Amino acid sequence: MITKSTLGAAVAALVLSPAASAEPSAREVQEILKRDFRPRGQAKMDRMDQDAVQRLCTTTNNKPPADLAKKLEADQMRTIDFPKGSLMGNWKEGAKIAWSGQGMQWHEDPKLPGGGGCYNCHEMSPQREAFGTIGPSLAAFGKKRGNGIEMQKYVYGKIYNAKAYNLCSEMPRFGTTNSLTEEQIKDLTAYLLDPASPVNK
Amino acid sequence: MMKRALACAAVLALTLSPAAAQQKSPYADYQKKTTEAAPLELFELVGEELWKKKQGPKSASLEQCDLGQGPGKLKGAYARLPRYFKDTGEVMDLESRLVHCMMSLQGRSREEILKRPFGNADKPSELEYLSMYVARQSNGFKIDPGTRHPKEKEAYALGEKLFSWRTGLWDFSCTSCHGEEGKRIRASELPQLDDPKQVSPLIATWPAYRVSTSSLITLQWRMNNCFQQMRTAEPIFGSETVNSLITYLTVKSKGATYSGPGIKR
Repeated sequence: MITKSTLGAAVAALVLSPAASAEPSAREVQEILKRDFRPRGQAKMDRMDQDAVQRLCTTTNNKPPADLAKKLEADQMRTIDFPKGSLMGNWKEGAKIAWSGQGMQWHEDPKLPGGGGCYNCHEMSPQREAFGTIGPSLAAFGKKRGNGIEMQKYVYGKIYNAKAYNLCSEMPRFGTTNSLTEEQIKDLTAYLLDPASPVNK
Repeated sequence: MMKRALACAAVLALTLSPAAAQQKSPYADYQKKTTEAAPLELFELVGEELWKKKQGPKSASLEQCDLGQGPGKLKGAYARLPRYFKDTGEVMDLESRLVHCMMSLQGRSREEILKRPFGNADKPSELEYLSMYVARQSNGFKIDPGTRHPKEKEAYALGEKLFSWRTGLWDFSCTSCHGEEGKRIRASELPQLDDPKQVSPLIATWPAYRVSTSSLITLQWRMNNCFQQMRTAEPIFGSETVNSLITYLTVKSKGATYSGPGIKR
């Protein structure tokens, strides 16, 4: 027995599904974007060029074949410039950077320091209740994992270029794109790992 | 001044109300309470004045503008957009069509019209006022954008492809924020926009008055502002990219009843 609503849904699906021929190729989409955007302020047109990571993640719906992902992750790892010595900066500065959602937008002054916007997606300090849920919770991050040099290196690297660890991660490549400085990434590393940081309280 | 005071009073009432605190989403009650205080009718009135005002080198009003239902026919016209227009050969949303009418009927240049496409609390833009006026006259109509013409199919397909296209300095696509149910950015709940159930109540209430910024907002603005936050270059107003995304979201909302213009937090 076909109910009216299932029949309606079937008709709707038929009407709504676009003909396969209407689908643009990746190359066509890239050309359309080049035509339909314009540079403004610090946001130049090179931002519209897909790199190998963006392209592969788009075409595979963020599920790249494992061997290819490994290869591209290794390429991304090479973009990370690990400073010598301790990677722990000042967690108090890190707290501000984690909270700030500013930076790299076309209307913003590129001379002003950018933020990490970490709270847009992650839970961190219990003092901050307005946190997003797009990324995993980072509450008590250092308390759970310790803060040895290997852990520092992982956190620093992950913030610098998240794609080196998980190719189609939704997290921006803050260091590789010059969105955060080396010092800022160290401060964020301390914010996550320093036992005195509110994240670990 | 008056409208801000009213909005503040509504927010205060919400804060003090113990019942509101127990609700699952605090925004639902907040939006309900601010509805009565929002000056939608005043904006629509300004929009009507602008619609009838003789302007441009041709000293003409927009009263003969054809939004798809024939010259000057406004009832239900917004609910049937975006759609393909033979005279331009393009799929156009309301705002693109308004720009077209300003150019063809009033003889104005695109540059002049788009000098200030998005306004602010002090002064909404001409296109925003007009959008409110036109959209009001589709209140109660079923959302029914064009889906049959090959160009309309193309627009939907491009919108769908762009929705998951990773781009910009920070590698985002629309799905980074709007591809999964129940996610939040800071304290804001994120709708999963490829789900008809979640997108249709939104499409049914744009354009809107935004309480937090006391400004009028349109779908062209919404797309522009998302790209800004995605750290891309700036999308051109009324471009195929923006209109295809609007088409994609509106076709997903087909069949819902248009109940705008709306109020957003």
